[in-house]
Amino acid sequence: MSSEAQKPEPTKTSDTSQSVDAMPRRRFVNFILGGGLLTTLGSIVVPLFNFMIPPKIQEAVQNSVVAAKVGELPRNSGKVFKFGSKPGMLVHNEQGEYKAFSAVCTHLECTVQYREDFKHVWCACHNGHFDLTGKNIIGPPPRPLEVYDVDISGDDIVVSRV
Amino acid sequence: MAEVTQEPQRAQAGVNEAGESKLKLWLKDRYDFSALGYLIKKKEVPQHRHSIWYYLGGITLFFFIIQVVTGIMLLLYYRPTAEAAFESVQFIMTEVKFGWLIRSLHSWSANLMIGAAFVHMFSVFFMKAYRRPRELTWVSGVLLLFLSLGFGFSGYLLPWNELAYFATKVGTEIVAVVPFVGDFFLKFLRGGEDVTGATLTRLFGFHVAVLPMICTILLMAHLLFVQKQGMSVPPQFERNDTKLKAMPFFPNFLLRDLLGWIVALAVLIAAAAIFPWELGVKADPFAPAPSGIKPEWFFVFMFQTLKYIPAKVLFIDGELLGILAFGVGGGLLVAVPFLDKNARLGKSSKLFTIAGIVVLIYMIAMTLVAYLLPQTF
Amino acid sequence: MQSNTAAFLMLTFWLAMAPALSAQTGEVNSCVSCHLEEGEELAVPVEGMRNDVHAQNGLSCADCHGGDPKAGLDGDMDAAMDPDKGYIGVPSRKDIPTFCARCHSNTAYMRKFNPRVASNQLERYKTSIHGKRLINGDEKVATCVDCHGVHGIRASNDALSLIYPTNVPSTCGRCHADAEYMADYDIPINQLTSYTKSVHGVALLDRGDLGAPACNDCHGNHGAAPPGAPSIAFICGQCHLNNSELFFKSPHRVAYEENDFPECETCHDYHDIQHPSDEMLGVGENSICIECHEEDSKGYATAIAMRNQIEFLKSKMSTADSLVALAERAGMEVSDALYQLNDADDALVKARTQIHSLDLDNIVNVTNEGVTLADAALLAGTNALSEVQFRRKGLAVSLVFLLILAVGLYLKIKEIDIKHPLR
Repeated sequence: MSSEAQKPEPTKTSDTSQSVDAMPRRRFVNFILGGGLLTTLGSIVVPLFNFMIPPKIQEAVQNSVVAAKVGELPRNSGKVFKFGSKPGMLVHNEQGEYKAFSAVCTHLECTVQYREDFKHVWCACHNGHFDLTGKNIIGPPPRPLEVYDVDISGDDIVVSRV
Repeated sequence: MAEVTQEPQRAQAGVNEAGESKLKLWLKDRYDFSALGYLIKKKEVPQHRHSIWYYLGGITLFFFIIQVVTGIMLLLYYRPTAEAAFESVQFIMTEVKFGWLIRSLHSWSANLMIGAAFVHMFSVFFMKAYRRPRELTWVSGVLLLFLSLGFGFSGYLLPWNELAYFATKVGTEIVAVVPFVGDFFLKFLRGGEDVTGATLTRLFGFHVAVLPMICTILLMAHLLFVQKQGMSVPPQFERNDTKLKAMPFFPNFLLRDLLGWIVALAVLIAAAAIFPWELGVKADPFAPAPSGIKPEWFFVFMFQTLKYIPAKVLFIDGELLGILAFGVGGGLLVAVPFLDKNARLGKSSKLFTIAGIVVLIYMIAMTLVAYLLPQTF
Repeated sequence: MQSNTAAFLMLTFWLAMAPALSAQTGEVNSCVSCHLEEGEELAVPVEGMRNDVHAQNGLSCADCHGGDPKAGLDGDMDAAMDPDKGYIGVPSRKDIPTFCARCHSNTAYMRKFNPRVASNQLERYKTSIHGKRLINGDEKVATCVDCHGVHGIRASNDALSLIYPTNVPSTCGRCHADAEYMADYDIPINQLTSYTKSVHGVALLDRGDLGAPACNDCHGNHGAAPPGAPSIAFICGQCHLNNSELFFKSPHRVAYEENDFPECETCHDYHDIQHPSDEMLGVGENSICIECHEEDSKGYATAIAMRNQIEFLKSKMSTADSLVALAERAGMEVSDALYQLNDADDALVKARTQIHSLDLDNIVNVTNEGVTLADAALLAGTNALSEVQFRRKGLAVSLVFLLILAVGLYLKIKEIDIKHPLR
C-alpha cells in the first residue's frame, strides 16, 4: 500500500496501515535478531569446538622430557636435547650409565657438548670442562652444571628436574 | 495472510483443541510444569527509578554460566599437581587453540562475577529487599557470595604461579590464629603443614567438585525463591499509595535481561582479548617471597584491616581479633533480615542503611588504601 | 663440593670439641693461666687462639713454642720457658717460615689432620720473591704470619680467614697498597684499587663469585708465578683457555714477541682489567686496534671487518629480540624463538672468542651461524605478532556480531513492549 493512498483518510487507515507495515518491520527485526543470534552463536561455538580438539603436541609437562630412545646413543657419546626453552645434555658414559645435566654453561650460558676424546662435558666458547657429575673442573665456569635425574621407562630415556 | 499459512503447519505438528502440542502433552504426562509456567507468566517487575538494580542478579548469573562453561573447558587440559599445573596452564594458553581466550575468559569472568555479586548484594541491601517473605532469598544469596569468595580463593592457586602460591600461603596462615580449631583448619586447607602439591590438589577438589555442588543447590533455591516471590518493591515506594507500574517478566523483562547479558558478554570478551590474564612465573616453594604478593582484590580490604590492627589489643592477639570481627561480620550479614525489625514491620530502618553505607565506604577505602600504597603489601 | 662438606663437618666437629679441649688443657696449661693473669699484651695470644684452627685441632702453645707448661704449674716461669726443654718463644721474622714448616713440611704429620693437605709450602715460598728476599735479609717482606695471621689463624675455607678468596685482595693490600711501607721498593702501590674496579674484583668482591680470581690465582700462593713469569698468556690461560690458545696461534703472538708487548695485557690491561666491550674492536673512538694498526694497513681493514661481523650479528639479534619480546608481552608463546636467540647469543660469544685468532674466515663462519638463528627467531616473532593481529580481528568481528544481536534484541523489545504493555 502506498503512502499517498493513506493521506486522504489518515485517522481511519492508521490502524490498518500499522498492521500491514508491521509485517515487513517484524520480519526485518526477526532477520536482524536471527542473524545476530546465529553469528554470535557461531563465534561462541567455533572457539569452544576448536578448544576441544587436542593439539598435536600433547606434552604439557616440562619438568620431564623424553631426551632420547634407548640404543640411540652409543657408549661414550652425548646429545643436546630441548628441555623447556633451554638445552639439556644427555650423556651415555663408557660404563653404560646415562647422565643428564643442564647444557647451559655456568660461565656465559653457552651450550655445552660432550667430547668423546675428553670423556666429559666441554664448552666450546671458553674451553670450560665439566666432569660427568656436572662439576666444573677446568676453565672459567664458576659453578657446576645443574644435574637432572635420568629414568628409563620402556624405550624412552626420561630426563626430569630433581 | 500469515494466519492462513500457519494453519496447516499447526495441523502437521499435531495440536489439540487447547492449543497444546503433542510434545507438551507428553511432558505434562510426566511432570506438570504448568505451575512453573504460571509463575513465570504471572511474575511482574515493578517499575520505578531504582529498577535498574533488578538486572544485577541476572548479570551475576550470566557470569556464573560463563564460569561453568569455561571451567569445564579448562578441565580438559588442566592437571592438578604441583609438577604439572603451571605447565598445563601454559600449555592451554599457548598450544591449545583459543586456550588463551578460554583461560582469560574464566579469570575475567570470575572477577566480574564477584564484582556483580557484590553490587547485587548491596543493591538488595539498600532496597531492603530482604524483608518478609524474602529472608531465605537473602540468606541463600549471601551464602552464594561467600561460596564465590571460596571459588576465588581456591581458583587463585590453581595456575601454581609465584604470586598465587605466596598469597595462598599467607591466606591459609591467617586461619591458624583462630583458637582451638585454627590449627586443624590450617592443615585441612593445606593438606599438611605447608602449602604443597597436596594443597593444590585439595583446593582443586574444592574448586571443581565441592563448591560447585553446594553452589548449584543454593543457586536453584535462590532462583526458585525469586521466581516464586517476584521482585520486591522498595519500602519508600510501597508506602506511597500510588500503585507502581509493572512490567511482565516474560517476555519483556527477560529480553531486557538478555540485552544486559549481551553487553556483559561484549565487555567480557573485549577484556579477555585485550588484557589476557597473565600467568606469571612458576611457584618455587624454596624461593624467597617476591615483592607485590597480594590476595585477589576482593580479599584486599580484609588483609589491609589486619595490617592496621595492633599486634595486641587488651591481651588478645590483634590478628585473632580481626578475624573474629570478620567472622562476626559475616554472621551478621547472613542474619540481616532477622535483625532489621523495623524493615520487617514495614517501617523505615535508617540504622541499617547507615550501617550499610559505613561498611561499603570502609571496604572501598581499605581497598583503595591498599592499592594506592603498594609498599604496604 | 664433597671435600668442602667434609672439611665443614670436620670443622664443626672441632668447634664442638674446642671447649672440652681447652677445659682439659686449662687444667695443665700454665701458659694460658699465667698469660691471662698478666693480661694486656701478654693475654692477646691466648685470646686469639680461641678461633685458631690449630687450637681446634687440639694443639696448644707448647706444640709450636716449645717449653713445658706442666713445669710452670707451681708458678715457676723459668722452668716452663726453659730453652733446655725446647722453649723457643717468639721466633724472629726470618725464622718464621722454618718455624711453621716444622709441622707443615712434615707430610706424615700433616696427613693426620687432613689427608689431602699440601706440605710443600716452604719449598715453594723459597722460590717466591718474598721468600728470596727474606733469605737475603729483607725482613719487611711477607712471611707466613703476614698473610695467614698469628694466634687466630683460621682454616682457609673459613670466610673470616685472611686468605679466604674475598679477603685475599685486602690482605695483600695491607702491604702492597701502603705507600709508606712500600717506599723502599720500586713497584707501584695501586694494584688493590685497580683490581677492586676490575671485572675480576667486581665479580669476587661485589658479587661474591668465588670463581673469580683473587691476587693469588694469577700470582700464585706460596710459590708464585710472580711478576715476570715466562708468559702472561699462560697465566690468563689458566682460566681463559680458548682465548690464550687462539692467541698463541694468531699472528699477534709473533708480532708481540718482536715488539716486546705483554701479550693479553696489551689490549686488556692488568689489575685494572675491564669487561671487554666490542668498542675495543674496529677503528672507533675506543678502539685498541688502531693504537698499532695504521689506516690503509691490512690490520686496519681486518679490524673494521671483524667489528662489522660482530655488529651485524648484534643488530640481527636485537631486531629479533625486540620483536620476540613484543610478541611475548602480547601473551604469545615464543619459547622456540627464545631458544634460537639463546643459540644466537652462543654464536656471538663464540665469535668474540674467535676474535683472538684474528682469522676473519673463522669469525664469519661463527657469526653466520648466529645470523641464521636470529633470522629464524625473527620469523617466529613475526608469525606470533600476526597471530596477535588475528586475535584483534577476531575480537572485532565477534563484537560486530554481538552488536547486531543487541540491535535485533532492542528492536524486538520495542515490539514486545507494544504487544505486552506495562501493567
